[in-house]
Amino acid sequence: MSNRTNKDSPDTGRRKTLRTLGAAAGAGVAASLSPTLFPRAHAQSAPIRIGAQFHRTGIGASYGRWYERTAQAAAKLINDEGGINGRPVELVVEDDGTDPKRGAEVVEKFAAQHNVDVAYGTLFSHVVNGSAPRAGELKLPYIVVSEGYHVASGKLNRYVFQPGITDVRSQVISMAPWVASNLGRKVTMIFPDYAFGHDHRDYFSQAIAAQGGEVLELIAIPPTETSFTRHLPRIARDTEVLYHVMVGPGVLTFVKELGQHFGSQRPEIFGFIDSLEAVDLKTPQLEFLEGTYFWEGYPRYAQPDQTEHDRFYRAAVSVDDNGASISDPKDVSTYAHMFGCWETLFIIKQAMEASDYGGPADRARFVEAMEAMESFEEGRNHPQGRKVFDARIHQCFGHQSISKVEDGRLNVVHRTSIEDGRYEAEADYTTMPL
Amino acid sequence: MSAWRKSLLLHGAILAALFGLQFVLPEYHHLAVTRVLLLAVFAMGFNLLFGYTGLLSLGHAMFFAAGMYGAGLTAYHLAWPVPAAMLFGVLCGAGLSLVVGLLALRTTGVAFMIVTLMISQVVYLATVYFTTWTRGDEGLVMPAAARSFELLGRQWLLTDPSTRYNLALALLALTMACVLLVVRGRFGRALIAIRENEDRSRMLGYNTFIFKLQALTLSGTLSAMAGAAYALMFAYIGSSFAAIQYSIDPLLYTLLGGAGTVAGPIVGTFFMFYLVDLASEHTTAYLLVTGVVLLFLVLFFPRGALGYVRARWLGWLP
Repeated sequence: MSNRTNKDSPDTGRRKTLRTLGAAAGAGVAASLSPTLFPRAHAQSAPIRIGAQFHRTGIGASYGRWYERTAQAAAKLINDEGGINGRPVELVVEDDGTDPKRGAEVVEKFAAQHNVDVAYGTLFSHVVNGSAPRAGELKLPYIVVSEGYHVASGKLNRYVFQPGITDVRSQVISMAPWVASNLGRKVTMIFPDYAFGHDHRDYFSQAIAAQGGEVLELIAIPPTETSFTRHLPRIARDTEVLYHVMVGPGVLTFVKELGQHFGSQRPEIFGFIDSLEAVDLKTPQLEFLEGTYFWEGYPRYAQPDQTEHDRFYRAAVSVDDNGASISDPKDVSTYAHMFGCWETLFIIKQAMEASDYGGPADRARFVEAMEAMESFEEGRNHPQGRKVFDARIHQCFGHQSISKVEDGRLNVVHRTSIEDGRYEAEADYTTMPL
Repeated sequence: MSAWRKSLLLHGAILAALFGLQFVLPEYHHLAVTRVLLLAVFAMGFNLLFGYTGLLSLGHAMFFAAGMYGAGLTAYHLAWPVPAAMLFGVLCGAGLSLVVGLLALRTTGVAFMIVTLMISQVVYLATVYFTTWTRGDEGLVMPAAARSFELLGRQWLLTDPSTRYNLALALLALTMACVLLVVRGRFGRALIAIRENEDRSRMLGYNTFIFKLQALTLSGTLSAMAGAAYALMFAYIGSSFAAIQYSIDPLLYTLLGGAGTVAGPIVGTFFMFYLVDLASEHTTAYLLVTGVVLLFLVLFFPRGALGYVRARWLGWLP
């Protein structure tokens, strides 16, 4: 009579092993087919979904195209290296049309339909302002790459961050010491007559005054202007530096008319690259800019002292040494800004890992992990340079570049310190309830 | 059953359906329909002037913006409570539409379209120009204090989706009742007479200028009510809402749903919103898709959805 409970029987051992393997395989199949039956197994393999809000259409489309490419490159690298908390990253891209109404709708869609873990990406200030209230009320972390002062102003909410790019206030005030020391102290400013231009007007006027300089004339250009000739005679005769921050499609006309106005006798000219992002500096109408200076968030052209991090990042986002697409040299990137999308995605990864993020229920912990960050060291994940993060205003501070146009390319002549762009925080998001 | 009774039943059923919808809609659509309801209020206001009076304004964004800025600026800068800010926004729209009417109604036809467009551009540029107060294109985010209010002995949270949905629905019901009463009464019939033949109406003794002025003021006031509610419910005001796109949108909603039908703009607003929303999920050329669909509809259904229904089956539809 055989003993059916004999544990040493090779037959029963094989059956047991087969049963175990079968059960494991069955559980695996079932888990993949039915995430609701095996939520833990599913959570461990399901992707981290990041809502990527980009300007695919509308006035910001040239920025949006490069923002999206950069974000996809960063996501690919993260996935190649194992993802976040062992889970792959999936970008769920939605077009906000560079419109605040659509932006708010997209944020709602991210939170309520796509069920993303966090949202990130967009640039234009009005889209951020239109979307931010909804993100806060839906308790969806919203990490922007906008460079507006809106986040740091404290007027948004605890769920909105800008850790990957400096804001316009910081950028503007950090320019003043070098401009005053190297170009001149008597400044005439030309700026668009709306919020973006007014930020430049207000913050640079204060900053240059602090350097012992003065603004001789403020020339506000109405937003509907297509020719600038009638405004240029207002440039004060004893102007040492002409500060311009024109944006939009009129910039080529502006530069051409500026050249006609001054001829060969001109003051020093300093401007912000924003208007010439995605524009080839060798465009014939821009010849007058030769010898003038620009702010750049990140130098478009590979510099002689290029870091290995920049070399790596440039290759990852498929941009050549002239700042254009490797596959199409006429497709010029928005290099001065788009690094923010790269760096921000790595910051999201860092915060998710620090908070052991598992899903939307952990969003509050994610926010606290973001607020616990203090600095980001220069490296492959932060090729633009070191940054200091002020958790009170959810804003980072970093280095800026000043470049000179020489032979139709931008050569860096000065890099500001982080302290040049620091200002006192005027708010504290960390005291707001989560 | 009389046409009026049928009409009441139909529109009551529409409101009941919209009320019931909130209990079955998935979360995203619940949020989206709230916006659609407010935009439908805007379109219904526009329709009163265009569909019933025959006056095509290309500047209705200014009335929406008047309500939005009237409510938003007082809530932001003066910390007015939500009901007071809302009321002020509506009054701003009423005042602006009265003034615009006095100026623009001196013209007719294409000239009226151009004058309303130009005045609307002035309003848009004013919102950009007075950046100190409005922050122009960048706009203003409503403070936390403006996200709730006390009324009728209870606290209302504008951050609560259900509250927002039902407030938007209440405004839609108010607008619908208002338009139905106008259309049914002597005033509405006079407006339709002006639309069909203004010279004949004048010959019959009607002061058509006064009727048109009243229609424009009511239309602008309803549009401003939508704008004020939009600002307070979604916590943002900005110049883009005063731009020409927001003058064209209610025209499209109305044409699609059926000009000169009370509920047509609601249908058109739903259709346009979801057309853009769904098309943008699949292609960046969603505006092209939208344009092609609009062309198709205008070519084959020139009276709009409810206009077609009225012509084919329900002749009593107001």
